[in-house]
Amino acid sequence: MRYLPKSDSERRRMLEVCGVASPEELFAHLPEAVRLARPLALAPGISEYEIVDYFRERAAENLEGYTSFLGAGVYRHFRPVLVDTVVSRGEFLTSYTPYQAEIAQGTLTAIFEFQTMICQLTGMDVANASMYDGSTAVPEAAMMAARATGKGRALIARSVHPEYREVLRTYARYQGMPVEEFGYLPDTGAIDLEDLERKMDDLTGAVIIQSPNFFGIVDQVKAAAEIAHRRGALLVVVFTEAVSLGILEPPAEADIVAGELQSFAISPSYGGPYAGIIATKEKFIRQMPGRLVGQTTDSRGNRAFCLTLATREQHIRREKATSNICTNQALIALMATVFMTVYGKQGLRELAEQNLAKAHYLAAKFQPRFQGKFFNEFVARVAGRTPEELNRALLKRKIIGGLPLGRFYPELADSMLLCATEMSRRADMDALVAQAAGQPAGKEVLA
Amino acid sequence: MYPENFRYTKEHEWVLVVGDTGTVGITDHAQQELGDIVYVDLPKPGARIEQGKSLGSVESVKAVSDVYAPVSGEVLEINPALADAPETLNSDPHGAAWLVKIRLSTPDELASLMSAADYQAYVGAEK
Amino acid sequence: MITKVRNHLSQNEALLFERSSPGKKAFQLPALDVPPVDAAEALGAGNVRAAIEGFPEVSEVEAIRHFTRLSTWNYAIDHGMYPLGSCTMKYNPRINELVARIDGLAWAHPYQPESLAQGSMEVMARVEAALAEITGMDAVTLQPAAGAHGELTGILLIRALLEKRGNPRKKILIPDSAHGTNPATAAIAGYMVQNIKSSDTGVLDVSALAQLVDQDVAALMVTNPNTLGVFEHNIIQAAEILHKKGAMLYMDGANMNALVGIARPGDFGVDVMHLNLHKTFSTPHGGGGPGAGPVAVKKPLEPFLPAPRLKHSARKWTWDYKRKHSIGRVKAFYGNFGVLVRALAYILAHGGEGLRNATVDAVLNAVYIRKQLEPYFDLPYSSPNMHEVVFSDHRQAALGVHTGDIAKRLIDYGFHPYTVSFPLIVHGALMIEPTETEGKLELDQFIEAMISIAKEVETDPHTVKNAPYGTRTSRVDEVTAARKPVLRWKPA
Repeated sequence: MRYLPKSDSERRRMLEVCGVASPEELFAHLPEAVRLARPLALAPGISEYEIVDYFRERAAENLEGYTSFLGAGVYRHFRPVLVDTVVSRGEFLTSYTPYQAEIAQGTLTAIFEFQTMICQLTGMDVANASMYDGSTAVPEAAMMAARATGKGRALIARSVHPEYREVLRTYARYQGMPVEEFGYLPDTGAIDLEDLERKMDDLTGAVIIQSPNFFGIVDQVKAAAEIAHRRGALLVVVFTEAVSLGILEPPAEADIVAGELQSFAISPSYGGPYAGIIATKEKFIRQMPGRLVGQTTDSRGNRAFCLTLATREQHIRREKATSNICTNQALIALMATVFMTVYGKQGLRELAEQNLAKAHYLAAKFQPRFQGKFFNEFVARVAGRTPEELNRALLKRKIIGGLPLGRFYPELADSMLLCATEMSRRADMDALVAQAAGQPAGKEVLA
Repeated sequence: MYPENFRYTKEHEWVLVVGDTGTVGITDHAQQELGDIVYVDLPKPGARIEQGKSLGSVESVKAVSDVYAPVSGEVLEINPALADAPETLNSDPHGAAWLVKIRLSTPDELASLMSAADYQAYVGAEK
Repeated sequence: MITKVRNHLSQNEALLFERSSPGKKAFQLPALDVPPVDAAEALGAGNVRAAIEGFPEVSEVEAIRHFTRLSTWNYAIDHGMYPLGSCTMKYNPRINELVARIDGLAWAHPYQPESLAQGSMEVMARVEAALAEITGMDAVTLQPAAGAHGELTGILLIRALLEKRGNPRKKILIPDSAHGTNPATAAIAGYMVQNIKSSDTGVLDVSALAQLVDQDVAALMVTNPNTLGVFEHNIIQAAEILHKKGAMLYMDGANMNALVGIARPGDFGVDVMHLNLHKTFSTPHGGGGPGAGPVAVKKPLEPFLPAPRLKHSARKWTWDYKRKHSIGRVKAFYGNFGVLVRALAYILAHGGEGLRNATVDAVLNAVYIRKQLEPYFDLPYSSPNMHEVVFSDHRQAALGVHTGDIAKRLIDYGFHPYTVSFPLIVHGALMIEPTETEGKLELDQFIEAMISIAKEVETDPHTVKNAPYGTRTSRVDEVTAARKPVLRWKPA
């Protein structure tokens, strides 16, 4: 086997040193009853060519040559070539968590730069080295707020990504953390502040909103912060579209920002791996989950970096840890770091402006269901047929339409969530519009 | 080494009682075992604490140790200097690095604590 | 004479922010093919941010040099052996990276229609089936993002089943040799943790277990082989004790690299377990992630698995969301698909027999190291070991040199340190796991290095205590880092 670097004669010599006659003897101490008496029922090993073929065939069963207008938490953005160039370096790809600072300064320095850029983007004081993804960052943020305030109840907006809310519910169920939802306004698509105010109480530790929210609407961070803070709760602001931070005011009024960086050069990859972040104010550092890299010096007085404040973590505090998280998303965070470096101050702005322009071009041909200000996604009502029917018609033209919303919002069953990014070409958008308009039975489909 | 007027616990805390107020800290032995202390977590003034229960914790780079209350009572004051200078716990554990002052609710509890000589013998034996 | 090592690259490199200069670029966007919009008008003036203060501005050349220079400061498996016990740092085949980047897989959107995701779903189904066969379990979920996340999922499954039976119970039993994630997970799942002391031979004390298991115990979380690398030979008995009282056996699969093809947890009484694909199945650690933590269960737990589940009907795959007993989602979408692709490539490359051969070599390597280091280092537990071996610094500590010092000195010999001070039941532990992907030459050099250090401890302990010397960065001041945390760059 090509991954096993030993010749038979080397193996024999090693067995001799071990004082055993055969490899089987190495397992002689295992009770007979636990041993597998047959070979694993898996096909024999295959070559590289065959492996590539296998996956190419699977890829061909997926989409090929389709234009897509799906967003909803996962966005199509161009991945600069430098990203894979950097993360393919064995020194990054095949290194372990940087516990041994002397021989891990590469990873540590990059994470320090990552933490810094996330702070600059979000307006927070500190950011951790990454979480699994945006969806799991939400319950981690809620638990963090509960620790900081001593209050376990969480209020989450219905306009937060539906799957993120499901993840929060799973975590919260056994945490003694009651979770309640508050609504959005049917006209603007922004959070319903009155509903929030009504559901607020003194046992609430976290108010969780998303901006831009699941409908693409830039939401009311300041107003939500005011309501949360007045009752001694923390405001958690979630984002799924990180590119929006290139142009949108950062959620500086938030106490915790929990986000997803998939937009930063991370392949959609059918749902993962992505990278989440948690960023917060200085005073909540000790309540933060996840790894942190700090600056220090080495014994020669040179600047150096190391993992720090590790006493929050599971390997030291065990059942009293701030989280059970161990593995994070270092390599994915590195992709985001390279992405942020390549685009930089000007580029991220220009990229965000292009997204804004494309989405507004597309939206002008539809009538967005909500009047709130939006970034690169919007909800469009489909008339005359269901969104699913429209999508089926679009597929025939090799266009993947928007996400039908009925699955998550029964009241929006006649609508779909459409997204345009810098990768959406005008011609493709025009084709979408033409298909959407070219309805059966000559009825107007665009409300 | 260990002041005569302090009383000591098996978990390596000390308490100095003047009137109905006890000043609490960790012993020199404790700080040596922990190594460089980097952070101290203390209760809020007004908190009620119970003998033998955790009142806070001290942290080194790779360890966290609970601090157990040597006596029960109400926290009157916490040492404000430790937030910015936790290293004082290494340099002056029996003096400047006191942790909290407590108004004793059950002064009888003192009888259960060790004298300096007993504690000295105890840490000698522990090693 | 140190046979492996020569000095490491030692270029200096400023932080990105220190290299930045206004107007430098590493990007070019295509010309906008739609009319530009006024941001203030589209978003509302109050919602538009000023320039991102401090964000990098570097050219493409500087960007690539920056990250390339940083990379040279890392040790990596591609440099050599990474004997981190419990971490299973094996070779990461590059074919895995290639196939994960095939467009049709890498660009698949999780919400694209099922009819256009059949390839992705087929890959996932194949991973589920392979893992079920390898573990001897009945069903697998691929949703958890990493090991600890899998643990949480597994414990929530147990909780859900017990709840349905009428009593979720209160406690999880965890041996004192366990990983820190185990107690942290139990706490997050709402359970109290009760520790069990290991026996004198470093395994589960079954009589102690029998006394502890009662109606309050939900499960025992056990790693097998345990963190000493010792197979829990009483595991079947332990399972019987638990099952008799209605409790479950959870297995932490962190050490599955010792068992693949040799023994299956499903055959020795395990009810639920997780796997770390970034350990046993060769997906890269990447400096700390991403991973994937599939959970495998026995039939009674299957109804509770996270939704959605893959379903095969009318010759195509669909996602089944209607799972009324499901614990719910533990993560958005379906799992770390890109990691699953890599793991499947590894399984395909090995095949059944190859996977077993890998296990044999992993154990052979660890036993080979043990035999040759036993004369030099104290072995606190003499039970036969599997894929890893745990020594203690007992002899060296008497001379004032501790496991952490020996680990740092190993760096000067060209190796990454072993796992230091874990498991907690061994005072001053040196935990060594070579994995199967080390050849005899590398192992011999490692053994030579360890013996040489053991001798140095006797003749020149001072040298060992201040190591490493050959690295670009010497020992770092972790104390100041923790006392006065500097967690982001700020302009001077």
